[in-house]
Amino acid sequence: MSPDTTAGASPVNQDVSLQVPAQAHLETHPGLSPDGGPSVTLSIWRGDPGGGAFVEYQMPAIEGEVVLDVVHRVQAGPAPDLACRWNCKAGKCGSCSAEINGKPGLMCMTRMDQLPQGVPVVVAPLRTFPVIRDLVTDVSFNYTMARQLPPFAPRPAGPDGIYRMMQIDVERGQEFRKCIECFMCQDVCHVIRDHEENKAFYAGPRMFIRYMELESHPLDTNDRRELIRRRTGLSLCNITKCCTEVCPEGIHITDNAIIPLKERVVDASYDPVAWLGRKILRRTKRSAAEAAADAPAFSSPTREDR
Amino acid sequence: MPDHETHDFDVVIIGAGGAGLRAAIETKERGLRTALVCKSLLGKAHTVMAEGGAAAAMGNVWPDDNWQVHFRDTMRGGKLLSNWRMAQLHAQESPERIYELERWGALFDRTSDGRILQRDFGGHRYARLAHVGDRTGLEMIRTLQQQAVALGVEVFMECKVLRLLKDADGRASAAVGYWRPSGDFVTFNAKAFVIATGGIGKSWLFTTNSWECTGDGDAIAAWAGADMLDMEFVQFHPTCMVWPMTARGILVTEGVRGDGGALRNAEGRRFMFDYIPPMFASETAATEEEADRWYDDHTNNRRPPDLLPRDEVARSINSEVKAGRGSPHGGVFLDIATRRSPEYIRRRLPSMYHQFKELAGLDITTDPMEVAPFQHYMMGGIWVEADTGATTVPGLFAAGEAAAGMHGANRLGGNSLSDLLVFGRRAGMAASDFAGGRLGTPTVEEAEVDQICKAALEPFGRDSGESPYNVHRDLQETMQQLVGLIRSETELVRALDALDKLDERTKKVSVTGTPAYNPGWNLATDLPAMLTVSRLVTRAAIERRESRGGQTRDDYPKPDLELGKVNLIQRLRPDGTYELEQVPLPPMPAELAALLEEEPK
Ligand SMILES: Cc1cc2nc3c(=O)[nH]c(=O)nc-3n(C[C@H](O)[C@H](O)[C@H](O)COP(=O)(O)OP(=O)(O)OC[C@H]3O[C@@H](n4cnc5c(N)ncnc54)[C@H](O)[C@@H]3O)c2cc1C
Ligand code: SF4
Ligand code: SF4
Ligand code: FES
Repeated sequence: MSPDTTAGASPVNQDVSLQVPAQAHLETHPGLSPDGGPSVTLSIWRGDPGGGAFVEYQMPAIEGEVVLDVVHRVQAGPAPDLACRWNCKAGKCGSCSAEINGKPGLMCMTRMDQLPQGVPVVVAPLRTFPVIRDLVTDVSFNYTMARQLPPFAPRPAGPDGIYRMMQIDVERGQEFRKCIECFMCQDVCHVIRDHEENKAFYAGPRMFIRYMELESHPLDTNDRRELIRRRTGLSLCNITKCCTEVCPEGIHITDNAIIPLKERVVDASYDPVAWLGRKILRRTKRSAAEAAADAPAFSSPTREDR
Repeated sequence: MPDHETHDFDVVIIGAGGAGLRAAIETKERGLRTALVCKSLLGKAHTVMAEGGAAAAMGNVWPDDNWQVHFRDTMRGGKLLSNWRMAQLHAQESPERIYELERWGALFDRTSDGRILQRDFGGHRYARLAHVGDRTGLEMIRTLQQQAVALGVEVFMECKVLRLLKDADGRASAAVGYWRPSGDFVTFNAKAFVIATGGIGKSWLFTTNSWECTGDGDAIAAWAGADMLDMEFVQFHPTCMVWPMTARGILVTEGVRGDGGALRNAEGRRFMFDYIPPMFASETAATEEEADRWYDDHTNNRRPPDLLPRDEVARSINSEVKAGRGSPHGGVFLDIATRRSPEYIRRRLPSMYHQFKELAGLDITTDPMEVAPFQHYMMGGIWVEADTGATTVPGLFAAGEAAAGMHGANRLGGNSLSDLLVFGRRAGMAASDFAGGRLGTPTVEEAEVDQICKAALEPFGRDSGESPYNVHRDLQETMQQLVGLIRSETELVRALDALDKLDERTKKVSVTGTPAYNPGWNLATDLPAMLTVSRLVTRAAIERRESRGGQTRDDYPKPDLELGKVNLIQRLRPDGTYELEQVPLPPMPAELAALLEEEPK
């Protein structure tokens, strides 16, 4: 076989990918809308930790646009320093969360034509986190909570060095691992939404699903139940389900994670017989103290400690 | 003037996608003081968007699969320009890297006997991609991120590196950048650096890439004097959304075709059967019946032409549209609705279902998708030594999409995610060794650091310049129109000209506001890298006067025997221009070359 006669032999002709329909050219250029054409207005919160206000931007309307598209046109036009986060523009990275008309949503997956027409679309930063600038908030709280988690500790593999897990057994964990860390569940949770003081000892729904993911992981050996009870503030959640309602991944945060987690935690601490039984039957799970020792940054005070 | 802080580390890793995270885990595990720097929040890097899977010859679905077959597929897919040693290491080590992710908590989809399930992708003889539905990148980045956090890697998020500085002996010694939230400057002194900054797609108008993919790492390396390899080879992914206009360029995973989807033209014909190139004729189905049987029986049937390597499929789609047989919005149809049940589609391709439903108001279980080729992946990039990821600059290593060699003229789908793991780890190992053996404290000239910061802030001082968004926009139009899927000398030369003018305009852009979280300013600091990379791509594309893989020349429609034996290297000269050199391919051991000759069973 010789590469020269064969490689790249498909017919060649001019590139169609650059043949943008005439209308498209107009669409992708800010400000080229025909005079008097339809327009959209975004009312965007602009400011910093010192304060701010909503500023209105009227832009030509474009078919099929999402909120993020309009924000980008505002940046490319009237407000080049408008701060916002985004990466994928396809609902996969969880960067572009904002409060759109008062409700948390991904700007890249919220179509303009599905919002009330004829009135400004109000775009504000997530309320639960401190503002850095404009639509960008300081979400480091979530990363701190993630650092406090005693990590995954798998049991040894089989004799061939390979783990066997059945699809049905990984599905629960897979549901939670769909999480794109948009932190909108954290944003709506009333325990911390207007209660800064609770953040020190409340992990929040994003972390509850992570704990449940590990609880249900077929290979994991760390027993985190005592820690969950004492240190994550799980008992503060009163199952309002607001978190589940906003999750863009459709994760059943309350039904599949929080409620079962609460049950397990109760089991672990109040039912000595069940607990003892598990100790005998499941020596694979390590103790809370051992699990805690694994956490790289397990230091913040908790309500139970006080 | 914003503040300026300085940090000292053993190893600094620039980029927190799959490659950077894997490298950081390696250096941290080896006990080195490690910093991981990234432009976005941790876990948001472009790797998160990968859909279809990670290729590794584990043989869980087809026991006949092994590293030799994977090696062969990779080399042929790369039109034999891949670095053979990288392709070999990749094929040999990928399975272990995937199993390692499982040991760190990843939950891949399973076979019925409980092993990791593998799916079909273009150019792979066997179902080879470990995956989680169509969100494999998310699973991978989350697993690596959680492992890095568990190890206590120090992460500098939303921090952009501008330049790399060398000490008097020419060793990489400091990286200078700024915090995006505050605009404050930061210098990282370290004994070794790993560049893992990913792709370059943001120089094109329509691309699957995120805003971060501005080729910073490629430019930083080139400016530091590193050899740049095969910059002409840019991959256009055959199936991206074309409609609505604002969603144009969003990827439609190859998994759609791997799971049974077929490409059709406006007449409903499966046109890919008309475009089977001789190189792949012996392993491609000749009839629709054979192609359809293949999904259940790979041994006695050959692969559907819909799953030819990406360069072939992209060119074929282009030709159909050109011939007037395209879909209403200028693509072709990708049909899975008539071929698989709605339940199957929703289970196997949940995010594709969601993406079309939300963005295009289209139900892919009942209607065909419209797709066309757009910029997706950079095969070229920083030249690296195969085993270590070492660049030609001492102390500087590279891995992932920013590094070159592994994929030759065309990358096979799924080979990137495993590439990140295999070579991320290797770069981490080699950087650790280098840092461990380096004596003394790395030192750079204070004045050079100041100069970089001053230059970065210049756009604030100009009041009458144009917006960086305008320059970026025109750069994207230029690259889209003149350095696209199909190229010609006249257009490429025009592009070089246009890039020169854009360079002048870049030097005059002005921005408003303060450096704190200012996207306009951030873009202004991305532009120089985008221009450098665009020029390197265009120059190499002129020099390779043939069609091969990611390089298709209208004026040289055939592959060239002599050019098939060389890689193109570009390197900075002291006067600021780049020299371009044809370098013979490294000689391949006979036993590996023999693998390429073998015809599939
Ligand atoms: C939509 C899509 C789907 C894909 N699907 C697949 C697939 O199924 N299988 C497959 O194998 N491949 C796939 N790919 C390709 C693959 O995802 C990428 O090639 C790969 O993720 C690149 O990884 P990386 O680690 O090299 O870089 P990236 O993941 O791009 O990460 C780059 C990192 O560098 C940082 N960075 C960049 N510049 C700077 C700077 N100046 N300073 C500091 N930090 C910087 C960024 O912040 C980021 O953290 C897909 C790509 C796309 C776009
Ligand atoms: S269900 Fe619990 S975690 Fe979810 S929002 Fe309500 S209180 Fe918060
Ligand atoms: S659980 Fe859902 S809402 Fe919460 S961070 Fe994850 S994806 Fe977002
Ligand atoms: S930009 Fe990634 S989720 Fe919106």
